[in-house]
Amino acid sequence: MESLGVLLLHPMNAYLEQELDRRCRLHRFWEAPPGAPRDEFLRAHAGSIRAVVGNASYGADAALIDALPALEIVASFSVGIDRVDLAKCRERGIRVTNTPDVLTDDVADLAVGLAIAVLRRIPQADRYVRAGQWKAKGDYALTTRLSGKRVAILGLGRIGLAVAKRAEAFGCSISYHSRSEKPFPNYKFYANVVDLAANCDALIVACSLNAETYHIVNRDVINALGPEGVLINIGRGAHVDEPELVSALVEKRLGGAGVDVYENEPFAPEQLFGLDNVVLVPHVGSDTEETCRAMADLVLANLVAHASNKQIVTPVI
Amino acid sequence: MGTAAGEPPFHPAVLFIRRPGAPFANAMLQRFHVLDSLASGEPLAAFLAAAAAMPDPPRAAVIMGGGVIHADVAFLDAVPSICCLVSTAAGVNHIDLAECARRGVGVANSGTDYSVDVADHAVGMLVDVLRCVSAAERFVRRGLWPVQEDYALGSTLRGKRVGIIGLGNIGSLLAKRLEAFGCIIHYNSRRPKDSVPHKYFPDVHDLASESDVLVVACALNKETHHIVGKDVLEALGTDGIVINIGRGASIDEVELVRALKEGRIAGAGLDVFENEPAVPSDLLSMDNVVLTPHSAVFTLESRSDLCEHLICNLEAFFSGEPLLTPALP
Repeated sequence: MESLGVLLLHPMNAYLEQELDRRCRLHRFWEAPPGAPRDEFLRAHAGSIRAVVGNASYGADAALIDALPALEIVASFSVGIDRVDLAKCRERGIRVTNTPDVLTDDVADLAVGLAIAVLRRIPQADRYVRAGQWKAKGDYALTTRLSGKRVAILGLGRIGLAVAKRAEAFGCSISYHSRSEKPFPNYKFYANVVDLAANCDALIVACSLNAETYHIVNRDVINALGPEGVLINIGRGAHVDEPELVSALVEKRLGGAGVDVYENEPFAPEQLFGLDNVVLVPHVGSDTEETCRAMADLVLANLVAHASNKQIVTPVI
Repeated sequence: MGTAAGEPPFHPAVLFIRRPGAPFANAMLQRFHVLDSLASGEPLAAFLAAAAAMPDPPRAAVIMGGGVIHADVAFLDAVPSICCLVSTAAGVNHIDLAECARRGVGVANSGTDYSVDVADHAVGMLVDVLRCVSAAERFVRRGLWPVQEDYALGSTLRGKRVGIIGLGNIGSLLAKRLEAFGCIIHYNSRRPKDSVPHKYFPDVHDLASESDVLVVACALNKETHHIVGKDVLEALGTDGIVINIGRGASIDEVELVRALKEGRIAGAGLDVFENEPAVPSDLLSMDNVVLTPHSAVFTLESRSDLCEHLICNLEAFFSGEPLLTPALP
């Protein structure tokens, strides 16, 4: 692997970066900002870059792929690969890998943790205590129970199923929408997302982002979820029409939201910062020491396999 | 309760000893003559004396928890007509059960009404502490995400050994939920529970040394006062987390704060404190703790269940029937 030229698109994990540096010929893309420095960098190194490592926010788009004539593999430090131009990769015969399974539990844990946080207002109650309001104003307001609520899941893949399993432990009923019905008779399938939203208390976005699922949570879905309903997004920001989400929350047409992903990261909508019925976290779905380590090892394993002409571990294409 | 035709319905007098903002009064007013401890603005002693001096003094009292009053010998002496106490909490540590038993005063608690909400809240706090939810929230709301890029990594739940002190209603519901997150359940209680597959530890110190998370979910009594102290915290270790959804006094709060300050444990989720609503000021600036104002019980659903339950216990008493959820010493 020592001769493998790897382009790391952005700092993402210290251990991964160290290992790539130690075991390959590592180039750090952010050290060549757009303009003259980047042109110079590409002139000097494009011909030797055979691998790109990106993540949920930084991927190999068409322009980058075109600029790297020797590119053979794109390994993403993420399970979602919506930032990778798959069509272009197929055209060029470039392999693409991601990091499924190792992060499933963490993302599902956060989804349910966010649901509890929003319904039970844990971060808000914490703020209340830190601001001295418990002494000054007495008990915090009543919140609403999670157990027994109707939970709807958009996308019943690995993460969606893991969310369902956790929600079931709280006595929640499970409904879902996906491209086709799945063999889970205990989970109610809805072919229509608006119907799904109208018949649940909490809607959790857990599908992959593609042309069909862009803005799948739109004004109609948000209105169907309603003033008692709660939206939890642990998918991609672009799954949700963010301006519609913001206005629904501000106007109280939507009961609450737990958000881990945004249309324009790292910018979360400031209009939400003053609201008490939202919980906003900065894309931390898989951000634990254990999982990031496992994701990094999987990226490395994929690169090693490719470099030694062995079977790639977690190919997308 | 049947009444003769034409007479007003019989509304037995009930003492209601409460904190400001308590909501049960409306439901009780429909069926009982409620003597509200806060209505007159008088100090409690005067209020009790006035109630005792009534021509038909109250035989039942509803008592809120949370330090409003201690229903002890002095209280029972002040209103000797009382033969039934109903606590609005599952906890009855504010009631002298032994003294009540001696006097034949029946005591009822809230039963399991709260349990599911407390269990849910405990899971929420555990995820919050391990995954830094509240802390990361502050990071976003302060506008730091665009400036500092990433928030620090948290710790995964899968495989964490959770030691639950007290495997009653709340502890059992909590165990069921955490298993779905891949946690391994260990427990301590007065006696092992045969029907339960989890590993039992007769000693809390041993439980702590084989746990990554220690959850206090037990009732407060003589044996459980400060059951989590310096030794137990040391056994839990520097990666350990403490969650308290029982009573503040089950943990030596001074030692806990010291351990957090000195990094001898990794974090804590606390819903209860030794001197509510006072919270040790050192905790208020810590990012590795989550603090909630004894709100694990406070949902619309449990409030409505609790109201109904309270009324049912009172009606049972006044009809000469057994209390629904007696609390025994």
